[in-house]
Amino acid sequence: MDIRLDAISHSYGDTEVLRDISLDIPNGKIVCLVGPSGCGKSTLLRLIGGLERPSKGRVLQLGSPPEGCLNTLTYVFQDFALLPWRSVQGNISLVLEDHGIKGAQADAIITDVLARTKLSDFSKALPRQLSGGMKQRVAIARALAVKPAVMLMDEPLSALDSQTRELLMDDLVALWTRQSFTAAYVTHNLAEAVRLGHRIVVLSRRPGEIREIVEIDMPLADRSHGNAKLEQVQKHLWDMMRDEARAADEELLDV
Amino acid sequence: MSEATLPSQPIEVRFRGGGFAPKARRWVGLFVFVLLIGITEIGTRQGWISSLTLPKPSDVLATFGELWESGLLFKHLIPSLSRLAVGATLGASIGIVVGIMIGLFSYVRAGMVPLVAAIFPIPKIALLPLFVIWFGIDEASKYALIAFGTFTPTVVATYGAVDNVDRSLIRMGQSFGLSWLSIVRKIVLPGAMPGILSGLRISLAIAIILLVAAEMLGAEYGIGAYILEAGSLYDLERLFAGVVILSLLGVILSTVIGFIERRILGWRA
Ligand SMILES: Nc1ncnc2c1ncn2[C@@H]1O[C@H](COP(=O)(O)OP(=O)(O)OP(=O)(O)O)[C@@H](O)[C@H]1O
Ligand SMILES: [Mg+2]
Repeated sequence: MDIRLDAISHSYGDTEVLRDISLDIPNGKIVCLVGPSGCGKSTLLRLIGGLERPSKGRVLQLGSPPEGCLNTLTYVFQDFALLPWRSVQGNISLVLEDHGIKGAQADAIITDVLARTKLSDFSKALPRQLSGGMKQRVAIARALAVKPAVMLMDEPLSALDSQTRELLMDDLVALWTRQSFTAAYVTHNLAEAVRLGHRIVVLSRRPGEIREIVEIDMPLADRSHGNAKLEQVQKHLWDMMRDEARAADEELLDV
Repeated sequence: MSEATLPSQPIEVRFRGGGFAPKARRWVGLFVFVLLIGITEIGTRQGWISSLTLPKPSDVLATFGELWESGLLFKHLIPSLSRLAVGATLGASIGIVVGIMIGLFSYVRAGMVPLVAAIFPIPKIALLPLFVIWFGIDEASKYALIAFGTFTPTVVATYGAVDNVDRSLIRMGQSFGLSWLSIVRKIVLPGAMPGILSGLRISLAIAIILLVAAEMLGAEYGIGAYILEAGSLYDLERLFAGVVILSLLGVILSTVIGFIERRILGWRA
């Protein structure tokens, strides 16, 4: 299933946040959204997932979600959003219970997603007993459990230290390689964007407009750390972002 | 660099962390009680506390023994406990329900919050005559007084607790397509539980205070009636025996809540 953004604009009161965004998120691809702070990336993700209504334009689903999909558009949040009173297992069963999936059927799904995120030994642990990287893996496992058509990830690795981030990026690449998923992935980290993105959308400062869309056709599995071609793309992205970020910074000073 | 700034001796960094993390210190509470009672006992025996100021703790204990043997203890205790149970359960459960509704629905909030603020500061004891007219002199007016007194603090604690539930968790629930009822049951209620329970501690103490107040006005049996009778005769031993029962009741209720907290709020670490 593809997602199409059709001329999306959004304002909060008098503040125009997004302007005329048209974009396709093709099936089985990871689309990274990068842009300076405050340009409306998180807002765009909330619009895509239906947590907010755009002021103008529409978000369209093209085609039907895959079979067995319980929650078409599924978020992975920056702050994990795990229920502290439920164990790892309980946090995952939370999103299955409402679809009437209980008992053995639920156990099978939970065992599967925990194995895929390498958490099998921690199914009984409470969130407070887990490290940040593990918490985010639980959140990813929870998202996988509902077999989403599209994953909406808002800076999923930003709350983690750089080593954990590297490891989790490898995990995401491995997950995608085993079974490709569709994702809109917001980040401010360009290394993450060139590592995970099939398509990188650069937004301008507020009001966010699409400045450029960069396609990287190198397979995810081949994108090693320090790859020359990726470095080049990353530098190109940074050159573009730097001007925007600087301008955004100066705008704030003027206020 | 001048001589003065050269460190002559290494100085160990002063420890300034720690604290602000209450731990279970089981026996300290008991020790404080024993110490205070011990001092009173010695003081009254040696005469530097006059018997008009405080009764001898051992005499209070003896009175307690008599109460037990004559069977009067349960004659007073059982009606009191049932009044407390009915009144407090009624008040606390209605309070929790109303508090949650205030937390969830804007119209209920707009309508109820000013009302609760208006009835909170009324000394409920002052309304007892009114309750007697409404519900009769029997048990019903006592239940109503206790329920009413427990209701307001429970409401305030509950809606505060609901307001404090992490909104990002609710947003998460919505994003996974959970039904409204599931979000309330599985996210809002457990998230509000710590606040509700600590509110209950206060509400239940207030319930005990009102129990005694209700029993002082027209009750044949009950701890309040017993204390009132002892007081009017200036029988300090019996007065204190009654007061000790109330304190014990308070300690027991607080222990029970502590136990529930440890059971269902274990996730807080
Ligand atoms: N609910 C809201 N009400 C009013 N203004 C909002 C709201 N949410 C976001 N904004 C404003 O919209 C703009 C874009 O916010 P958004 O969070 O989408 O940016 P972002 O690109 O995700 O930034 P960051 O990189 O810091 O996460 C900001 O200026 C912000 O102040
Ligand atoms: Mg953001």
